[in-house]
Amino acid sequence: MAAPRESQSTRSPEPMAAVAASAAGPGTRAPAALALRVVAECGRSKARACELRLPHGTVATPVFMPVGTQGTMKGVTAAQLDSLGCRICLGNTYHLGMRPGPELIQKAGGLHGFMNWNQNLLTDSGGFQMVSLLALSEVTEEGVRFRSPYDGTEILLSPEKSVEIQNALGSDIMMQLDDVVSSTLTGSRVEEAMHRSIRWLDRCISANRRPDQQNLFAIIQGGLDPVLRSKCLEEMTKRDVPGFAIGGLSGGESKEQFWKMVTLSTDQLPREKPRYLMGVGYATDLVVCVALGCDMFDCVFPTRTARFGSALVPTGNLQLKKKQFAKDFQPIDEACTCPTCQRHTRAFLHALLHSNNTAALHHVTTHNIAYQLRLMDAIRTSIMEHRFPDFVRDFMKTMYGDLGRCPSWAVEALESVGIPLN
Amino acid sequence: MKLSLSKVAQGYRLGTLNNLGRKGDRTMEFPGCLLYTRTGSAPHLTHDTLQVISRVPVMTQLTLSSLAEHYEVLEEYKEGIGKFIGMPESMFYCSLHDPVNPCPAGYVTNKVLRSCVMIGVIEGGDILEERLRSARETAKRPVGGFLLDGFHGDAMTKETRLQLISAVTAELPEDKPRLICGIGQPDEVLECIEAGVDLFESFFPYQVTERGCALSFSFDYQPNPEDTLLQQNGEKEEGEIGDCIDKVTTTKRVPETSFEINLKEKKYRDDFGPVVEGCSCYCCKNHSRAYVHHLLVTNELLAGVLLMIHNFQHYFGFFCAIREALRKDRLGQLKELICRQAS
Repeated sequence: MAAPRESQSTRSPEPMAAVAASAAGPGTRAPAALALRVVAECGRSKARACELRLPHGTVATPVFMPVGTQGTMKGVTAAQLDSLGCRICLGNTYHLGMRPGPELIQKAGGLHGFMNWNQNLLTDSGGFQMVSLLALSEVTEEGVRFRSPYDGTEILLSPEKSVEIQNALGSDIMMQLDDVVSSTLTGSRVEEAMHRSIRWLDRCISANRRPDQQNLFAIIQGGLDPVLRSKCLEEMTKRDVPGFAIGGLSGGESKEQFWKMVTLSTDQLPREKPRYLMGVGYATDLVVCVALGCDMFDCVFPTRTARFGSALVPTGNLQLKKKQFAKDFQPIDEACTCPTCQRHTRAFLHALLHSNNTAALHHVTTHNIAYQLRLMDAIRTSIMEHRFPDFVRDFMKTMYGDLGRCPSWAVEALESVGIPLN
Repeated sequence: MKLSLSKVAQGYRLGTLNNLGRKGDRTMEFPGCLLYTRTGSAPHLTHDTLQVISRVPVMTQLTLSSLAEHYEVLEEYKEGIGKFIGMPESMFYCSLHDPVNPCPAGYVTNKVLRSCVMIGVIEGGDILEERLRSARETAKRPVGGFLLDGFHGDAMTKETRLQLISAVTAELPEDKPRLICGIGQPDEVLECIEAGVDLFESFFPYQVTERGCALSFSFDYQPNPEDTLLQQNGEKEEGEIGDCIDKVTTTKRVPETSFEINLKEKKYRDDFGPVVEGCSCYCCKNHSRAYVHHLLVTNELLAGVLLMIHNFQHYFGFFCAIREALRKDRLGQLKELICRQAS
């Protein structure tokens, strides 16, 4: 099964079995459903460009994963999403677990079959939604207890139950159930949640019935406390999981605290496994966090803001519903190759957004997804061409007009990894 | 614009409108329909999703009511409505009203459009004398075609409507197209065609979409009596007839019209078949009834997109079948099939 380690080369694609075996050490179990190959590293910052091989194909990283909450990317069809170049997107276990439920989805051939999406899927555990969406949810060692908002029945989402649902969904990457606490919370609850997340990780690993088809990722917790986070990292990296997510951030914490926890986490995560930073999607955050060593990102922001008529551009965003765009005959972005920008003007989109034709939303959603994917592609290319630091500077200048006007947290974060902004 | 008839019989006409478009090289077949839009865009559909539909009409209907407020913008744009809405290749028919939200009488605004072929509107309510007067007078004017207005809704009984339409079209020159607004149901479309109408709007599939329904009526009439015999003997044909009738009779809750199914119904929750068996639209080729049901139940935007694709394709296919039936002198059979499915 295992190919000799000496035969590994960064030039030729490595068989999944070989990579998994070498990463995990001799005498390991069956080949993992994931293989990461580091194609290029920045050399100054911690940025890297990789190839992530998953059951439904290879994903180039750094990657932004759009969120298709209920098994649909809002008004964008699976075919359109595919042609935009998306190779992995998210589904939400909580929503899909409620409607239409795991049994039905399994009957449909998993979430891939149900939504007819043949690329990769990542599902979260459902934990975050429950804690954030439900007024009454109670966390115990067992799991998260709550009442269904649809029929009032009491439900317990345990680590085992979450993995069971995700096994039925058949996602390529699934997330452990973690004990999620607000990032602004302090005190013993944070420590309790961190330790409980480790125990829940072990329960999730045991409960995974399809480890050779579905990759279970751990989620590093510990809030904004470096000691707790380091402890969590120390423990979780002892587990044989194919990838790690950095969780518990992207809440209400300050950006200063945020980036410090991100960089602390990547410092202590293995090089050969993907690092997934959850809930991050603003362009600046993506660029900085790639510099800090993250590979994968997800966020509802681009697709959600689209439905309010807000189009993403290198200088920020355009609120297309505003009067100033009524006679603006440029496309959203001259340099954008998405179908919306190829055919339509801001003026037309402005007019359409003021009608009740949903096509308006789909135009902007398509563009925003294209924007995010193009941004990641540009980041990746710059890393491979050994000019990532210059890319970062150009990006910041375009976004903020003046390097002096960049947010200080971003300046400090980039400085810390060898990319000064002046 | 030049109209050429290939067949005229029992009231109906089959033919083409030629020399259309800026270069005068485009053609439109009739009986046919126009592509329904809202604010210059097919409902729910971007260019990409509109492209996946078969037989999209070459002529698009714009409504003045939705575009009038953008008059100043269009003036400044200078490159015409087609390019503005991202349909530079299409031809346009601009109606005063939107058939889905027609303006109440007396609220029509006065906006001037660029010069184009003018369609004369025939009014007259349910009074024969008025209708004839309107038809004769309008026919005297140098119009490019005629719009039969005021025949939709509950304005009059079905019998009166058809009598009046026939009487009106009898007064109109043969060589100009006759459009009718507000008529979209398959059975009514056929009746109007028999009464001499050539062109229709396609708002009906949009209305079906908005109520979460999918057009499921069959227009696959059986010209071959042997096939019909085989059908009666129980052998399943590729066509939609058997399936369609089964669904109509087993439905517990009556949908808005008998030409559609309501995918919100619980029974579709775990139905993994296509929306309509045998349909080759993007929705039916890629998705199941269960998935569309899920999208409807969860209020997802994609439901509208997929249903609009299916409903438009189904409807345009119906018009294609009408032309085919006329070519083969089988209108009676098509009419019988459609009437069988009418409630």
